Amino acid sequence: MSAAPADPPTMPASSTAATWRARQMLARAHWAAGAFATYDRASVLRIAEAAATAAHGAARRYAEWAVQETGFGVAEHKVIKNEACSLGILERYRDEDYVSPRVDAAAKIMSLPRPAGVVLALTPSTNPVCSVFFKVIIALLTRNAIVVSPHPMAKDCCTDAALLLASAATQAGAPDGTIQVVTEATVPLIEALMSDPVTDVIVATGGTAVVAAAHRSGNPALGVGPGNVPVLVDASADLPAAARRIVDSKAFDNSVLCTNESVLVVEESAADQLLREMQRQHAAVLDVGATGKLRAYLFPDGRLNGEAIGKGAAWIADRAGVRVPPRARVLVTPFDLVVPEEPLAREKLSPVLGLVRAQTAARGIEAARAVVRLGGAGHSAAIHSRDPQTIMAYGGRVPVLRIAVNVGNSTGSSGLDTNLAPSMTLGTGFVGHSSIGENLEPRHLVNWAQVAYNADASVPFDDFTGLAVARRPDGPVPAYPRASNLAATPGPSAGPSAGPSAGASVSDGLREQLRALIIEELQQLVQG
Amino acid sequence: MHDYEVFTVGSKAEVLEQSREYWNPGKTDFWVESGIDLVIDRRESYFIWDMSGIRLIDVHLNGGTYNLGHRNPELVEALTTGMRSFDIGNHHFPSSARAALAQALIRSAPPSLAKVVYGSGGGEAIDIALKTARHATKRRKIVSIVRAYHGHTGLAVAAGDDRFAKLFLADRPDEFAAVPFNDLAAMEAALHGGDVAAVIMETIPATYGFPLPEPGYLEAVKALCERYGSLYIADEVQTGLMRTGEMWAITKHGIEPDILVTGKGLSGGMYPIAAVLVSEKCGRWLTEDGFAHMSTFGGAELGCIAALKTLEICSRPATRSMVHYIADLIGTGLRAIQSRYPDWFTGIRQNGVVMGLEFDHPEGAKFVMRHLYQAGVWAIFSTLDPRVLQYKPGLLMTPELCEELLERTEAGIAGARAEARRPGGSRR
Repeated sequence: MSAAPADPPTMPASSTAATWRARQMLARAHWAAGAFATYDRASVLRIAEAAATAAHGAARRYAEWAVQETGFGVAEHKVIKNEACSLGILERYRDEDYVSPRVDAAAKIMSLPRPAGVVLALTPSTNPVCSVFFKVIIALLTRNAIVVSPHPMAKDCCTDAALLLASAATQAGAPDGTIQVVTEATVPLIEALMSDPVTDVIVATGGTAVVAAAHRSGNPALGVGPGNVPVLVDASADLPAAARRIVDSKAFDNSVLCTNESVLVVEESAADQLLREMQRQHAAVLDVGATGKLRAYLFPDGRLNGEAIGKGAAWIADRAGVRVPPRARVLVTPFDLVVPEEPLAREKLSPVLGLVRAQTAARGIEAARAVVRLGGAGHSAAIHSRDPQTIMAYGGRVPVLRIAVNVGNSTGSSGLDTNLAPSMTLGTGFVGHSSIGENLEPRHLVNWAQVAYNADASVPFDDFTGLAVARRPDGPVPAYPRASNLAATPGPSAGPSAGPSAGASVSDGLREQLRALIIEELQQLVQG
Repeated sequence: MHDYEVFTVGSKAEVLEQSREYWNPGKTDFWVESGIDLVIDRRESYFIWDMSGIRLIDVHLNGGTYNLGHRNPELVEALTTGMRSFDIGNHHFPSSARAALAQALIRSAPPSLAKVVYGSGGGEAIDIALKTARHATKRRKIVSIVRAYHGHTGLAVAAGDDRFAKLFLADRPDEFAAVPFNDLAAMEAALHGGDVAAVIMETIPATYGFPLPEPGYLEAVKALCERYGSLYIADEVQTGLMRTGEMWAITKHGIEPDILVTGKGLSGGMYPIAAVLVSEKCGRWLTEDGFAHMSTFGGAELGCIAALKTLEICSRPATRSMVHYIADLIGTGLRAIQSRYPDWFTGIRQNGVVMGLEFDHPEGAKFVMRHLYQAGVWAIFSTLDPRVLQYKPGLLMTPELCEELLERTEAGIAGARAEARRPGGSRR
């Protein structure tokens, strides 16, 4: 803990009761984080497992709730993400140790984990509950307290989910206040939380504006902006497989993810066959006239039409006045050039896939670069090819930080179907104005204090075996404040504490403890 | 030169001199002679600054008045907003602010309590409570505990220790009886005549150094009250408003009092107000004669606004949680300090952030108070038991500030021990 500042914080310029309450959540989280940072690994895993199990058990309920509340996406697909972001995440990181000291005897350095502290997590409307699950579980694995601020469009399902995890974690022994959720988020409130001195790190997923605000806040921020994903198919690709993967990935969750393909760039010689294969996968390839109608519908005044976000292909086609087979999963819209005035070249957050033909793979790489020039710098791209030279050139030229190869990008770049870190938060790096260039994972929420010995061979290194700074909590944290003259009977097994004139008995002590427990539980239920 | 915009003063010495001449020479000299020549200048959060510029962590908090810190910015904001619409109001008429606060208080309190009567301060509120008890029971006698303190107004001062009553010939031994704390037999002896209107007790007697009720004692007193037809008045002026980790300390005993008194912290330290919560049965005079107790400043509407916001902050889950953390950290830290000075720092009385620290010297707390002051902490001795230091951390302290407080506290305690143990070193 650092020393108290010489001067106390001054009153912020503007505020509301909701903002004050939210700021106090950070203060509570600060206490919780201090307590949590002392927990041993077994306790941490028990807590993370309890939260992840509760989340997994409710994966379907929250998937349906999220679709109902936001109108975005496909419940079946959200189930997959919710499961992946609960027990999936836990299993992936269970054997990583973010708690115990690490000793490098050869380097004469011992490293001690130092959790971030208070994590302020902004979660998006498009990936709502799985983002809450993901951020909470990686915070728990690294002994951080977390205050979740869900996007207002998804606040009910996200609030409920966060409270479920809070309850499970606390019952498993997590410090009180480790997981909290902001229920009345507004822009000024979020800005106040982001700039609050108690916030140790902001993990912001969302639109460009919120991510930029996180970086401006003055607090460390792991901000992740939008994508605009090009996918290149060259003549060497396994075209039937590429077609299936692209359509599946584009249709996944009705394409509300930042990882869904945005513009398909296909080498001319492979184009016709690829499109036939895609039609077999229920992609509807539109002609110029239908594309025009869809463009007019999706971008009525140059801006994305909100009602189309996360809706199904057939629904969108119907609204646009375009006839497509009822089983259509993806609408493919051809255009000639990837240029700023072509709206279909931008992120569409719906199962509408731009299509550009390139004479050669090399020209295709330049088209993919153009796609990222419009948006999504640092995010992700996909390629279907069996030519390592093309794959390497693509990776070198397209300014993104993850390239999914021969796999759908939505589950590829997010690490569900590749060996990248499975994540709902993809760092866009320097090129994307972010401080993180990898998929967010638990290790990003912990620093290591390095205890480094004199390198001179004459100064010995020490043996730290059996020494520990972490411990197992021996009861609820914090302990319920009982009067100190009752402390002689800390547990039901201890004898009566009655004074000469008192009527207290073991049962009184027990009742008090039970009462304290019930109050704690009620508190968890109502906590904001 | 200190410019406070409304007025200016030249120096701290000048203030002390003016205070001696025009205000209160006894008090002024007492503090100077005690080595605590404090004239508070700036104040913010849990800090106060002497006019000399020295910063002190405040764990006196005027008995919980500054529970939420000095000039808590949220309270300042609420009051500033309130001043756009409100002043003190007219005490004769119903008022939106008074009604809103009364409702909030009753909702926060044990279910036995139904109506609110306002006072301008704790003493007046105690007087209201005692008058209410007398009206409800048609009995005159009040029982309190030996060394009790309930304020300085007419009935309140009579219910307390002679220390403050006799000087003004305000003691009334025929109407006010005192029994030793934690002595059930004495309590029963006082009540069994069936002529006692009420027993009044602080849930933990502050000015007596926070001696803790023995397990079952308060519960048994309440049972005795019921047996002998006396009312139970819980003085929660210092123990209420989340200081014990629950909104009202009396609920930790499962007691539903007939009357509950709150003050100090209710004001947020910003605008004076106190309140008496009474049961339906006790509050009948409010129907019989609503003008029976009048107070121009009692329930002042700006005070109601401060109190509403204070109550809302105190009732937040985050506040409750923080109090539990603070109590845990400071309790653990104090026990560690005690283990290093066991012959001097002999006891810790604690319930939440209500704490009394016992020292092995008849006036031990005065030594410690002085040394804490030198170490940057302001805490006051217990007037009615100067062995014991009142140590009252705030509800919203940060872990960093708690740790700093503990480090300073240990320095003060060690320094006091060295002085008190020095041959002939006593400054009594």
